[in-house]
Amino acid sequence: MDCHLDIFFLEAVLNGILLAGLLALLALGLNLIFGVIDVVWICYAELVMVGMYGIHHAYKAGVPFPVAALIGIVLIALAGAALHHLVIRPVLDSAPINQLLVTGGVLFLLQAAATMAFGIDFKNLGIRLGSLGFAGMSFSWSRVITFVVALASMLALWLFLSRTYIGTAIRAIAQDRQIMPLMGVDSRRVYLITSAIGGGLAGLAAALMVLQYDIYPQIGLQFGPLIFMICVLGGLGNMLGGFIAAFIIGQFIAIGGSCMATEWGYATAFLFFMVAIFIRPQGLFAAKS
Amino acid sequence: MLELRDIDAGYDGFQALFGVSMQVAAGEAVAVIGANGAGKTTLLRVISGLLPASAGEMNMESVSLRAIAPHRIVEAGIAHVPEGRRLFPRLSVESNLKMGAFAPAARARFAERLDYVYSLFPRLKERRAQLAGTMSGGEQQMCAIARALMSGPKLVLLDEPSMGLAPVIVHQVFDLVRRMRAEGYTVLVVEQNVSQVLKIVDRAYLLEVGRIKTSGPAAELLASDEIRKAYMGL
Ligand SMILES: Nc1ncnc2c1ncn2[C@@H]1O[C@H](COP(=O)(O)OP(=O)(O)O)[C@@H](O)[C@H]1O
Ligand SMILES: [Mg+2]
Repeated sequence: MDCHLDIFFLEAVLNGILLAGLLALLALGLNLIFGVIDVVWICYAELVMVGMYGIHHAYKAGVPFPVAALIGIVLIALAGAALHHLVIRPVLDSAPINQLLVTGGVLFLLQAAATMAFGIDFKNLGIRLGSLGFAGMSFSWSRVITFVVALASMLALWLFLSRTYIGTAIRAIAQDRQIMPLMGVDSRRVYLITSAIGGGLAGLAAALMVLQYDIYPQIGLQFGPLIFMICVLGGLGNMLGGFIAAFIIGQFIAIGGSCMATEWGYATAFLFFMVAIFIRPQGLFAAKS
Repeated sequence: MLELRDIDAGYDGFQALFGVSMQVAAGEAVAVIGANGAGKTTLLRVISGLLPASAGEMNMESVSLRAIAPHRIVEAGIAHVPEGRRLFPRLSVESNLKMGAFAPAARARFAERLDYVYSLFPRLKERRAQLAGTMSGGEQQMCAIARALMSGPKLVLLDEPSMGLAPVIVHQVFDLVRRMRAEGYTVLVVEQNVSQVLKIVDRAYLLEVGRIKTSGPAAELLASDEIRKAYMGL
């Protein structure tokens, strides 16, 4: 253990905050889907993976990065809607275990398809954005941009959910599904739109992650468990809880990783998670009552 | 305005309504009375599309209600205030009202109708930012009615508006129903509070185990020995 309250520690804390922005974005999509449709997309991180490959291919084909990112977002938004329409809708009234199994099946399908289509090599966009020097510390621009874009998009989603009719319906449907027709709401349409938004968030996360991480078919296994842990810690379906949990977990990963080794960062995060969930099985922030 | 002919309905395998026929004319207030479990809630759920009818015909003005999707029925001019109010507890009062105006035609007139329901229920205006679930039962009932009015309905279905409210508040709720009539709404109200509801409606139907047993002017039913014995404990 090698830990002092020095500038490296502060740098780790700030890097943890930057990482938390991305984790919060990832958790948000999953929480939105669960809160509204009551289904867990086990394959959420694999949608991100597909988005990363999509953006990679568009970029390597000569499309400017912002356009490639937009293509990725739209692609995964459509994938989210398709996932709902083709896989979730038929099992909407089935037992939760069946819903887990079908999205779990999609997880393996996507991984296998990606391995066959793209191979197991690590792919990289090769965009180098450099670092931001600040008070003797250094932060990679890709992380800073990721943080800012993730926060801005979460703010945009919050405005959408609180101001628009369809956004209000998305919040309402999570509280009382049965009476939605009385409001003139077609629940199936709200589910489809929510799935597209959840997919779009995964696509946006993919566009940010390709700036920082290598792409490989199993990258979902690196992020998936982390995302689920954050969602459960914050109270599954509780978007604000997930946001706060992301910042807690981000600190465990960053400080643990800085004081010990990177792997220890993840280990301490999971250890904290297990203790926290033992004490508060509903998550730190009571989920919907 | 509303006409039902030989409506059957039920819950998988269990039939709850048997050949129900009824009419509600424009401007009327009509009650459906009957014991617990008679099928009153089921009847309103069938009219507003929450539960499909398995047989019969159902028309609102010239619109065949069985032919349109449940979420379009509100556009035909029917608003349903469900049993137990069913507000969205963790949405603000104003967001609840916004949900009442979700249909495209209602959205265009949201601001105007919001002013209107706030003038009917000044209390709701004071509480517009409060979470609906944190209000008192009487306030929640006001909010549920206001939410229904936000769609600009012609016919309002009320399912046991007095349920679970303190006696003083029950009085206010029945007053409210009277006021709705004065505002020009046609009202179809379900109640177990038979003696009170018969004083504020024109006509009533008596439902017994899923069948219409009798119907007639409210004053007549109020005077009927059979009804007084069975439903008013007299
Ligand atoms: N969701 C449901 N599933 C199965 N049976 C139901 C359901 N709701 C009501 N019922 C049955 O239908 C009958 C009529 O119920 P309901 O319409 O709620 O009566 P009321 O409103 O007059 O008290 C009752 O026998 C009740 O048990
Ligand atoms: Mg009832």
